[in-house]
Amino acid sequence: MERISTIHEINDLINKKEITYKEVTNAYIHRIESVEEKVQSLLKFMPEEALKKAEEADESGNTLSPLNGIPYGLKDNICTEGYETTCASKILYNFVPPYSAAVAENLNASGAILLGKTNMDEFAMGSSNENSSVKKTFNPWDISRVPGGSSGGSAASVAAEEVVFSLGSDTGGSIRQPASFCGVVGLKPTYGLVSRYGLIAFASSLDQIGPITKDVTDCAIVLNTIAGHDKRDSTSVSMEKKDYTTFLNREIKGMKIGIAREYFAEGLNSQVESLLKEAIKTYRDMGAEIVETSLPYSKYALSAYYIISSAEASSNLARYDGIRYGYRTEEFDNLLDLYKKTRSEGFGEEVKRRIMLGTYALSSGYYDAYYKKALQVRTLIKEDFDNAFKSCDVLLSPTCPTTAFKIGEKSANPLEMYLSDIYTVPVNIAGIPAISVPCGFDREGLPVGMQLTGRAFGENDILKAAYAFEQATDFHKKRAVI
Amino acid sequence: MDYEIVIGLEIHSELDTNSKIFCGCSTTFGAEENTQTCPVCLGLPGTLPVLNKKVVEYAVRAGIAMDCKIANFSKLDRKNYFYPDLPKAYQISQFDLPICQRGDVEIEVGDYKKTIGITRIHIEEDAGKLIHDSGEGTLADNNRCGVPLIEIVTEPDMRSAAEARTFAEKIKSILEYTEVSDCKMQEGSLRFDVNLSVRKNGTKELGTRTEMKNLNSFRALERAVEAESRRQIFELERGNRIIQETRKWDDDNGESFSLRSKEEAHDYRYFPDPDLVPIVLENSYIKEIEDHLPKLPWVRKKDYMEKWNLSEYDADVLTVSKDTASFFEKTVEACGDPKSVVNWIMGDISAALNEQNISMKDVKFSPGDLGELIGLINKKAISVSIGKQVLKQMMETGESPSKIVEKSGLSQMNDEDELKKIVLTVLEKNPQSVEDLKNGKEKAIGFLVGQIMKETKGKANPQVVNKLIKDNI
Repeated sequence: MERISTIHEINDLINKKEITYKEVTNAYIHRIESVEEKVQSLLKFMPEEALKKAEEADESGNTLSPLNGIPYGLKDNICTEGYETTCASKILYNFVPPYSAAVAENLNASGAILLGKTNMDEFAMGSSNENSSVKKTFNPWDISRVPGGSSGGSAASVAAEEVVFSLGSDTGGSIRQPASFCGVVGLKPTYGLVSRYGLIAFASSLDQIGPITKDVTDCAIVLNTIAGHDKRDSTSVSMEKKDYTTFLNREIKGMKIGIAREYFAEGLNSQVESLLKEAIKTYRDMGAEIVETSLPYSKYALSAYYIISSAEASSNLARYDGIRYGYRTEEFDNLLDLYKKTRSEGFGEEVKRRIMLGTYALSSGYYDAYYKKALQVRTLIKEDFDNAFKSCDVLLSPTCPTTAFKIGEKSANPLEMYLSDIYTVPVNIAGIPAISVPCGFDREGLPVGMQLTGRAFGENDILKAAYAFEQATDFHKKRAVI
Repeated sequence: MDYEIVIGLEIHSELDTNSKIFCGCSTTFGAEENTQTCPVCLGLPGTLPVLNKKVVEYAVRAGIAMDCKIANFSKLDRKNYFYPDLPKAYQISQFDLPICQRGDVEIEVGDYKKTIGITRIHIEEDAGKLIHDSGEGTLADNNRCGVPLIEIVTEPDMRSAAEARTFAEKIKSILEYTEVSDCKMQEGSLRFDVNLSVRKNGTKELGTRTEMKNLNSFRALERAVEAESRRQIFELERGNRIIQETRKWDDDNGESFSLRSKEEAHDYRYFPDPDLVPIVLENSYIKEIEDHLPKLPWVRKKDYMEKWNLSEYDADVLTVSKDTASFFEKTVEACGDPKSVVNWIMGDISAALNEQNISMKDVKFSPGDLGELIGLINKKAISVSIGKQVLKQMMETGESPSKIVEKSGLSQMNDEDELKKIVLTVLEKNPQSVEDLKNGKEKAIGFLVGQIMKETKGKANPQVVNKLIKDNI
């Protein structure tokens, strides 16, 4: 068991009958028991249910799919029927949905085994997991550092090998940034590729669920299972299913890789920059064509993002009012008092900050100056990418300007924290796909992530480019020592 | 009067779809509390709305019937406010791009006709209902959450309570005819908000308006307009200003009171709902709906007058309700005698309905049955007076007229030989009347016919009886 850690490796051993599903699940349960105390990535751990499913998988003897019998984790904003789904928020501390998210249904049908629900920044708002109302998660590479966020628990659990893979959600970088900080692979699919049904909304027009895995092959395998049309989500796109694994092992020679000059500018950590330059060289050596390009409006992306996402969040989170489910304040005088106390006590500081920001941006008299303007910027950013993709197939950039920062280092300064998402946010605004893959380590041994961005529904392009890089390097094989 | 009243209406109507606007739950009225709900209409975290296509179709139908421009592109927006009957804390509605705009509806008030402008029609979801008198504090019934509505907004084109009422009635009739809504007012399927201001005659500028919400009968609408216009004129006459505000009409006491002023009005923070995609309608789709639109009352009225020579009054009365009009048309189809059908529907049937306080929809027999009854009378199988008796039984049992006639032996006696015996007996018993008749007192024949009818329980064919009397004196 020491060396295996990916879906495809487990499948090889299962097929050779060298291992049983029960042994696999047991190994991960033991791993959680030994490292979870240090990592703190899970909000819920379900070993009994998982073992029962693993035994059933062994008994039935069939291999339903590559995910059959594979233990995984779900971010705690993805609904699981009969199990608490809390968004790491006090306001939903006792919420048990009577339905499962579409992705959870798909994974369940494929035979994958849910082993735990993972920690996150409350309502997916944050870049460090420090905004969880339950606990902080620590970076498996250095437990004095944050795992990133908001899918910090999902990324840390994969990096710590507590689960084989996990799902996160990405609104402005929440899959890719923690994947980068934790040295794993994280994909934000094209908006509309994966059903959002059962994903507790943060910002509906930006949210997408995606896989966090140990390598690119696993990423393609998980994407195969979770992608596809769902009539319960009006924004889900109806299109022919692709087998993403078939795009991996393809010739990269001649592929055009774009470098946007704005992404290699002020604020970028020099070690991160030099590792990215080496990655560019790796691609050039493989025969890819490097193209310089520009995304001039990307400097407005972060501002537009905080208007749009906060505006949507202010409306999406209004339903948590203490009337029907979740937290309710103990004492109140009247209805308004019930609302005010419940929400003041139930939400954390960052969530309240964004609700207020969003409420303000949508208010009569300010709508045109903020929300409407942000939507105009959104159009310009989309056009930026359209223009860039005229001359290249994928865009290469850092995932984040830095490696994982220290716990508490940025929590006093929200604006500085927001800058952590500067390279990931434009991708959500444009609704296009991007993947973060490990591209090296800084002098302190912390992982650095490279982001590859593709055209809408161009997951096959970025997976192909990411796979080629992975084949040419060994970064994904290095493991965190906990 | 020195003042002119200016009225605009906002009309909410529940659509007659089987399922709700964004989920598959039933819309049936009166079910046990919270039994017609699901995670989507309860707005549970993570659920998403999916627009019911029927709602779009019904709104387009209403729009076409009100002569609106149907939008090729419209969208759904969130109207944000907190209230315990609104589980998502926003209502999905339409803000700046409604599905229908700029329509016209013609009304006839007394002796003049007038066109009322329709500003817009948009679709939206209804909220739930709070129950305050349960004894367990306030409870929420969410069955109505997500029931589809259209809101029809008019221009400030009405000038009197009578105009407002006539217009509201006309809208009800259009919605019923187009099968967009059942318009059951007692179930809240049709509700009116009144925007009203007054101004001195000859003034061009509009006065400050007030809004009265949720009037749910024509009577309440009419009374609220009268009372509010009186109140505003009274205030202005005393030198006071009208405050822009929302008022609540108290129908029991016949007065309104202030609910909230403009300053206290909600900021609904409308924005496009990111969970839904825009509604894009091709012209071919709109045309298809237009081609299949059920016939509207004014079209039917014209038909009745031109094809069947009905008087304008008769045609008006018959087309007030779609049920009556349809019953009328189908009966005419069955018997081919529009004049008789009018007489029966507007006479005995309408009297019976009034007496029992029911509507045409509740009638137990079919238009075919009424057609058969008229046929029986026309071919003299029964007399008109027997027909009236048969109709009574039809109303009670729903049995077909031929069956009733057969069962009760009510067929008309036309056989001369059979009748002659009875006529002779009656003549013999009433020598004085026979004498009177011989002396030219024509009135006496009536008495004799009456006696024969009595003997035959009304079944004797009166024409044959008349002839037989004259032949045998």
